[in-house]
Amino acid sequence: MVNRIVVGAHYGTRDWLAQRITALIMAMYSVILLVVLLRGSPLTFGVWKDLFASGWMRVATLLFAASLAWHAWVGVRDILMDYIKPDGLRLALQVLTLLLLATYVGWTVQVLWR
Amino acid sequence: MSSAAARKPRPKYLSLRALLLEIRLPLPGWVSIFHRISGALLVFPFAAWLLYLLDASLLSESGYEKVKGTLGLPLVKLGMLVFIWAWCHHFCAGIRFLLLDINRGIELRQARFSSYLVFLISLALTAYFGAKLW
Repeated sequence: MVNRIVVGAHYGTRDWLAQRITALIMAMYSVILLVVLLRGSPLTFGVWKDLFASGWMRVATLLFAASLAWHAWVGVRDILMDYIKPDGLRLALQVLTLLLLATYVGWTVQVLWR
Repeated sequence: MSSAAARKPRPKYLSLRALLLEIRLPLPGWVSIFHRISGALLVFPFAAWLLYLLDASLLSESGYEKVKGTLGLPLVKLGMLVFIWAWCHHFCAGIRFLLLDINRGIELRQARFSSYLVFLISLALTAYFGAKLW
C-alpha cells in the first residue's frame, strides 16, 4: 500500500475527503432542521416562510445544496463507473448527472432568494 | 499458486440470476448495497421532488396548503415513506462508514454488530417518522 497523504497531491483522495466532509455538513443540517421543526411552534405557512427567510437558514440551506451536489457527484460517478461499461453511455450519463445537480443548486438559489 | 480459487475460470461474468439467487451477501454487504440504492434514490427522484415541494410551499399560502393536501394522499405518503427510509438508511450507514474510515469497529464481530445496528436504527427511525406522517 502506497502511503498517500490527504493534503498532498490528488490521488482521488480529494473526492474521497470531499464526500465525507459534505456528508457531515448535510448530516448536521438535517439534524438541526429536524430539531427546529419538531421543537418549534406548530407549522403554519407563516412559520415555514419565516424560517426560510432568515439569513442563517438561507446560507445553511445553500451550503446544504452545494454539499449535496458535490457529495452526489462523487457517489453517482462511482455508481456509473461500476455498472456502465460503454464509454459513450457513461459519459452521457455523467454529463446528465452534472446538469441535474447544477439544476438543483440553481433551483435552490431561486427558491431561497426571490 | 495452484489453489482451487486460482484455477476457477476468470473473469466470471455475473448474471442477473447469480446476483439475485446465488450470491449471498453478509450483513455488511447489505448495508453497503442499500447505501448505494438509497443514495441513488435520494439524488433522483427524491431531491427533485422535495425541491419542488419546497418551492411550491414557500411561494404562497395557497401553495403551502396545496402541498399539505398533497402530502395527505395515501400514495404520496407511501412515496414519502420510501424517502424517509432512504434518508434514514443512508444517514445511519454513512455514519458507520465514517467510523470505519477512522478505524472504529473494523473487527469482524464489531462490523457485523454495527451493520445490524444500522438496520435496526434506520428501520426504527423510519417507523417513527412514518407514524408521525400518518
